[in-house]
Amino acid sequence: MADQLTRARLGGLGRRLAGAVFVLWAVATVTFFAVRMIPGDPAEAILGGPGSQTSPEALAAVRAEYGLDQPLLLQYLHQLGRLATGDLGQSYALNMDVGPLVVSQLGGTLVLALLSLTVAWLIALLLATWSTGRGRLARQIGSGLEIVAAALPHFWLATTLIVVFSIWWGVLPPISTADARGLVLPVVTLAIPLAGFLGQVMRESLTAALESPFVLSARARGESERGVLWRHALRHAALPAIGLSGWAFGSLISGAVVVETIFARPGLGRTLLNAVTVRDVPVVIGVVMIVALVYILMTVLTDLASRLADPRPTTSGTGAGA
Amino acid sequence: MSELEIQVAAGVDTAGGAKTAGRGRVTAVEVIAGLLAALLIIAAIAPRLLAPGDPLAIDPRAAFGAPSWTHWFGTDESGRDIYTRVVDGAHDSLLIGLTATVIGLGLGAILGVIAGTLGAAVDFTVNRFLEVLFAFPGLLLALLFILVFGPGPGSAIVAVGLSTAPGYARIIRAQLIRVRSSAFVEAATVQGLSRRRILTRHILPNTLAPLLVLGTLGVGQAIVWAAALSYLGLGAQPPAAEWGAMLSAGRTYITSAWWMSFFPGLFIVLTAVCATALGRSIERRMRHA
Amino acid sequence: MTPADQLTTGRPRPEVALTVQNLRVGFGAPSAEDAVRGVSFEVRAGECLAIVGESGSGKSVTARSILGLAGAGARVRADELTLAGESVLGLTEPAWRRRRGRDVGLVLQDALASLDPLRPIHREIGDSLRLHTRLDATERSRRVLEVLDAVGLPDPHLYAGRRSGELSGGQRQRALIAAALVLDPPLLVADEPTTALDVTVQAQVLTLLQRVRSEGTAIVLISHDLAVVSRIADRIVVMHDGRIVETGTTAEVLGNGRHSETRRMLAAVPVDKPRGARLAPATETRPAGPALVADRPAVPADPRNRATPAVPLVAPAAPPATPGAGLALEAVGLSKTFRGPHGTIHQAVDNVSFRLQRGSTLGIVGESGSGKTTTARLALALTAADAGEVRLLNEPWSTLPERDRRARRPLMGAVYQDVLASFDPRLNVREILQQAVTGPASAGRARGRRSSAARRGEAARVGSLLDEVGLASGLLERRPADLSGGQRQRVGIARALASRPQVLICDEPVSALDVSVQAQVLDLLDELQRELSLSLLFISHDLGVIQHVSDEVAVMHDGRIVETGTAAEVFTAPAHPYTRALLAAVPRLI
Repeated sequence: MADQLTRARLGGLGRRLAGAVFVLWAVATVTFFAVRMIPGDPAEAILGGPGSQTSPEALAAVRAEYGLDQPLLLQYLHQLGRLATGDLGQSYALNMDVGPLVVSQLGGTLVLALLSLTVAWLIALLLATWSTGRGRLARQIGSGLEIVAAALPHFWLATTLIVVFSIWWGVLPPISTADARGLVLPVVTLAIPLAGFLGQVMRESLTAALESPFVLSARARGESERGVLWRHALRHAALPAIGLSGWAFGSLISGAVVVETIFARPGLGRTLLNAVTVRDVPVVIGVVMIVALVYILMTVLTDLASRLADPRPTTSGTGAGA
Repeated sequence: MSELEIQVAAGVDTAGGAKTAGRGRVTAVEVIAGLLAALLIIAAIAPRLLAPGDPLAIDPRAAFGAPSWTHWFGTDESGRDIYTRVVDGAHDSLLIGLTATVIGLGLGAILGVIAGTLGAAVDFTVNRFLEVLFAFPGLLLALLFILVFGPGPGSAIVAVGLSTAPGYARIIRAQLIRVRSSAFVEAATVQGLSRRRILTRHILPNTLAPLLVLGTLGVGQAIVWAAALSYLGLGAQPPAAEWGAMLSAGRTYITSAWWMSFFPGLFIVLTAVCATALGRSIERRMRHA
Repeated sequence: MTPADQLTTGRPRPEVALTVQNLRVGFGAPSAEDAVRGVSFEVRAGECLAIVGESGSGKSVTARSILGLAGAGARVRADELTLAGESVLGLTEPAWRRRRGRDVGLVLQDALASLDPLRPIHREIGDSLRLHTRLDATERSRRVLEVLDAVGLPDPHLYAGRRSGELSGGQRQRALIAAALVLDPPLLVADEPTTALDVTVQAQVLTLLQRVRSEGTAIVLISHDLAVVSRIADRIVVMHDGRIVETGTTAEVLGNGRHSETRRMLAAVPVDKPRGARLAPATETRPAGPALVADRPAVPADPRNRATPAVPLVAPAAPPATPGAGLALEAVGLSKTFRGPHGTIHQAVDNVSFRLQRGSTLGIVGESGSGKTTTARLALALTAADAGEVRLLNEPWSTLPERDRRARRPLMGAVYQDVLASFDPRLNVREILQQAVTGPASAGRARGRRSSAARRGEAARVGSLLDEVGLASGLLERRPADLSGGQRQRVGIARALASRPQVLICDEPVSALDVSVQAQVLDLLDELQRELSLSLLFISHDLGVIQHVSDEVAVMHDGRIVETGTAAEVFTAPAHPYTRALLAAVPRLI
């Protein structure tokens, strides 16, 4: 029996890995062919766009250098081969390898995203625990705050925070400096909307848990309200929010595009936006591949965390990606 | 997961909380959200009713005016009235949001129904396809689309529609599978109804009934995302009175004229909150209908 | 003295465990009528008092008020409420908390949900010790194992670390009782403690409760089931509409119940009532029925010989058949396996064969997991069997491709347990019945092309179906969600009859209903069977129901039929040990 379970678990892990590899391959394929649909000659783009008067010889040289003169299928296979070895090619605009560029930008974004995720969790937990079991008014206030928070666009929240905390009060820097104070506004900007989403889910499961028979049993044992909350209900409330953390991480990276731009903070998001603006195709592909990789890793980690927190056998997957 | 799936999942609680509110009673939140929605729609259709001025009227002497009795929301760098421009921008912003939602919902519904009805192989394929799309989280898919097709309002609409489609598709597929395996579909089989008839009379109507709720909940998100693209300079461009573009234009003057970016953004938030509140309320009413 | 011998700790007990005088409990607006209106009773040490009533009678609210857990919005008033010798009227919440668990324990119905599914049971049980004693961790865990041993959980060391989801139904219920008893409270409140359990497990739990009582613990047992409480209760209180309508010793109430509600509940218990005997007063079966129904004798002397109505309500599709006139349904060697979550294979149905004679009822009885529902689905040809065949009216049925079977589907109707889920939530009663009447006949036709005469005919047929099942035509425009449980099941039966079937598959059709409503539905099915010469495959976990409705009985266990025979044979002279165990466990009115 135990042996069978282990085998089933290993099988599940194997399936997950295969799924992750498949998604990465598909992401690479989608981006490769999508990028080929860009109108215009890529060689021209490399040499500074269609307007720049380039000689046919220079174009030919660039085509040969980037392998653009080969058949599309061959280019695709080359691209896959390079990706498999971790080679992301050369940036058109920055004249450097994409791999090291993307990796150097990854750290800043990861720090930002992880901090924001933590802060969002704290806010959501505090709001959900404060507003449940205190009557209808508190519940409606809490629920209303969550809906508003979830609707806040990063770009507006960021500018509003800058106006209040940097321009009016002058307590926090408007651009993200290297020290901890420079991180406060970007993290808060990313955390508040996310807390709105997490809080909605937590409140739902918290309410369900508090009305469940096992909480009635605990109360009948003489358990206090605080004991009911901490020993029973909060764990149940946290479960779905843990399951959401993979998604949350993805949405944080997406939000980093805006936040890093506004706070002039180096990172993947800003790199991506610049690359999209100047059509630096290899950098876009590089960032997308890294984000997909991190996202898949996060969903796997989330799944593991969910399983640790809830050892009950699940009937289906969490549905969060591969 | 997508923002929408969370909103849908969380809506269940609101319905539970509404048990005490009673079925038909109109709550204060619904009244406020309804009024707001009416005002936004009036602003989008007939902006002159709410703001009689000219959104493009330049008055250099009144440039960078703070909010006052003559200019409720202040003025911009050319002395244009922000209130008038915000009201005027409702048209573009709502239209972009609605169109993107229709595209996303349409694509999502097609994918979801195809996955749920055409057999296990198709379901598997569509599911893998959705998984791949989910690996471009949030705006990334939209950015990729804009990279290929270039920036602009049209691009932004399709990009946002495309990035919301996977979320819709998964919700609709899940709903369809739930309906397909429900006891009443089995009861219809026992009655001897043909598969086609069960599909058209029972499965599809019950699957697609929540589309209105999904769409209403999704419009807010679509407006926020489209505005984000405009803000980043990839959607509607600054002379336009679209809210995201106005915010983007106000960015330069953030130190001296905060109102230029504050009020357009406030309306994005209000619209999104309004859409969520209305979506929840429709859901609750449909559940109790 | 080993721990297993003794549940209690020898804690001194007050002679009177609980006194309730004129308890009133209200919810919502102060003007709203109270849910409990002036209830008084007393429970002594070592006594079991049962509070019996149907849903909505106020019995559960009464039970929860004893623990101060009637709910946040409840207004609880009483002249006296004394628990373990101390008045608990108007106690503050912290004072209540000190008493809960120590002076009174609570056992709820659904042990799976009543124990935190994320925590191992030893923690759940140890919580009471942590809250009310100063024992350290080792002493606590010793006491937990002791009490688990005492409630008869085998191998407590092994099971203490498991979560409720990893235990069987019986183990779980024992763990829940252990959690309530760990501090040895003088009073145990048990709210429907055996309701969701299989009959054999139910018997074990009742035996355990009996032991608890015999060691001096007072028990308040809440139940809807008179037969269950008759096994262990010393005294019975019958509640109806928030009031106590009858109270007395168990023998008095069961043998000589005076109040109409008591008699109604007693009459509705199907066990040991012969086939065809009415369970509910005649007026209740078809309350809104046509004159034809009222013309019949209310209680026929011998229902078997009762004449069919002079004018049949519905012309049967086939000439009326008499029992023995051939086979309605025949199953030969049915097998079905399912794949479990970890690649395990579960044999749900194993070589099952049965024969349903025309115009008779075959009852299939079994506990949960015995494969009876899978058998029903195989009979309905909703799942394909791995092996074996089902034949309908001596013609192929399960072997046909669905396309060909569709034309014959009208011959077979189905009545479900969760009837609400079997209705499309978008349709009202009229639409549900209309669709059933039209059936597959119009499959090829466009909706608008039906002639107005055909449509009038359909409307008339919908009306006569409602009459048949005793529903008022005023319900036509309502949705099933707005109907009561009994009304819904009548609509479900009407839908099943719409195509004038010859065979009806009933899968637990009355299990979700209150006992008096159950009685009405069983009576209705019985009448319809005779009027329409229906053949019934009746599936239930409830031996009493099966004994009452069946001509022949098949007992299922672990996917196999272990015994078949006429109802009389199986119930009076069971051959298989499993059947004997099952019958021994059935709660009967003493």
